[in-house]
Amino acid sequence: MSSSISIQGVNRIYTDTDGKAVEALKGIDLDIRPGEFISLIGPSGCGKTTLLRLIAGLDKPQAGQLDIDGKKISGVDTDRGYVFQQGSLFPWLTIEKNIAYGLRARGVYKKDRQKVGEYIKMVGLDGFEGAYPHQISGGMAQRVAIARALINDPKALLLDEPMGALDSFTRSDLQDKLLELWQQNGTTMILVTHDIDEAIYLSDRIVIMTPRPGKISRIIDVDLPRPRQRGSGDFLSLRREILEFFELAQAIPQPEYTI
Amino acid sequence: MSTQTAVLPAARKKESAAVKDEKKTGRIDKRYILSLILTISGFIIAIGVNIFFPQKAEVVFKEYIITAFGLAFHLNINDAYIFVVAALALGFFISGLIAIKDKDSRRKYSRKAYFRFALGIALAVWDIGGTKLQLFAQPFFPGPAQVIEAYLADNEYIIQNTLYSLRLYAAGFSCGVLLGVGTGILIGWFPKVYYWVFPVLKITGVVPAVAWMPFALTLLPNSFTAAVFLIVICAWFQIAFLTAQGIQSVPKQSYEAARILGSGQADLILHVAIPHAMPDIFTGIGSANAMAFTTLVMSEMLGQPGGLGYYINQSKVWSAYYKVLAAIVIMAVLFSLINHIIGRIQKHTLRWQEGVVKK
Repeated sequence: MSSSISIQGVNRIYTDTDGKAVEALKGIDLDIRPGEFISLIGPSGCGKTTLLRLIAGLDKPQAGQLDIDGKKISGVDTDRGYVFQQGSLFPWLTIEKNIAYGLRARGVYKKDRQKVGEYIKMVGLDGFEGAYPHQISGGMAQRVAIARALINDPKALLLDEPMGALDSFTRSDLQDKLLELWQQNGTTMILVTHDIDEAIYLSDRIVIMTPRPGKISRIIDVDLPRPRQRGSGDFLSLRREILEFFELAQAIPQPEYTI
Repeated sequence: MSTQTAVLPAARKKESAAVKDEKKTGRIDKRYILSLILTISGFIIAIGVNIFFPQKAEVVFKEYIITAFGLAFHLNINDAYIFVVAALALGFFISGLIAIKDKDSRRKYSRKAYFRFALGIALAVWDIGGTKLQLFAQPFFPGPAQVIEAYLADNEYIIQNTLYSLRLYAAGFSCGVLLGVGTGILIGWFPKVYYWVFPVLKITGVVPAVAWMPFALTLLPNSFTAAVFLIVICAWFQIAFLTAQGIQSVPKQSYEAARILGSGQADLILHVAIPHAMPDIFTGIGSANAMAFTTLVMSEMLGQPGGLGYYINQSKVWSAYYKVLAAIVIMAVLFSLINHIIGRIQKHTLRWQEGVVKK
């Protein structure tokens, strides 16, 4: 149910609108263990989403190689699920049909249709089966997107700032839901985020990336016991460490105690 | 004590159901009764005017023999008019009674009451101006009774022509929709097709379909196929244009999401691109439909052996303007009906948009 991903010497160069070459990723090496929850964090332009898209097979590197369970990634496959930032649900399908999409696409809907109900229940959307995406809230829509990705039993789930557009209460709700699903299914989780608290709260390891050129600057092991307390001393000192790394600690001398 | 506790919840349930029912049906107030009366009073006035207003102008009220259920009736055209107005009044009265059971339909019905009253009054004014006093220029604006005479005099012929129009429209428009959606998908999906076909479509699309009539009439085997061809091209270009636009506006992310979930090319077209383009496709169908009506009537007037346009042309030659009006009334009803059916299909297909798009 979970897979290891290895990334070796990956380069990805874009040409921007002025014709200039932009090094989105340079010399990326990373090994992701099976069943690990890993976060990619960094300011915009650091290439974290690009890296996620490479792992998904939505994009190809100019140099280097990405492997999943020792097999080269050459394109999209259903062994990797993907949750977009927002608005990726099909507006013309009901919640139920959105979640069932993967089963139909793989031609296993007849066999596995009972899974649709299970996943609706799993993400707590019973009673909304017949609703259309525009009729539900942003938090619910992201839960649908997660259920839709998980129904294909992916060995790795790639999450591209899935909670970026949500308010903080909905966000922490969804973070707990995500942890619950991860602990149930044991899927390898790769999360792109710009929220330091989110990364610490969820991850086994945090990969810190920096821009121009996009590269991995540091990898931090999060050894805090689960369930984690957002207000605990260890949590806050880790938060401070990351902030200091980004040289943001001076700008925000006191951690915010909003939750 | 135990019986009491058992009874209580049931009673409460019953009560709440009654409250719910009350909320849905609401109170039938006096105003609804008044709007019911208002609705039919216009038509009753129209009947009253027809019966009691003196016939000043000289008009011949012909009698027609109607056979139905093996019996033959003698029907005066003026009586036929009264029957029609009475039938309208009865129809609106019955629909008003049906609307009583539901609050929303009652409100809808009440809102239309003034207009329906005015419709009755308009009939009365038309009757006075066209038949009783003949204030309007004759024979261009005959009274309502004479328009009804057209249906009595030509009934089989009118039905025949209406069916001819309908057949022409159905053949042309359905082919046009199929071709339009098909080409639109190809243009929207394949960049090569877009490059070669889209500019052609853009230029030919602005030319009114009837401009091709000389070619259609000479090159196609008969006039029916010629008219079908004209309707096809007027629907085809418009629908293809909008379908292509709809397909091209699919966000890249939708395709990516579908591909990651296991969709292949065919799935992307059928289950992502086409559903996404549906609102645009219906916009195309709607505007093509209006153009198809125009093309239909024009081509019937200019070279068809039948159809309502042909009937209008033929009646005009004999200065039978009451027949022209009769054909126009049929067109209005028929085309509204077609629009209504298309609207229903659209509403059902795009039900996922409900609440998103402002109506």
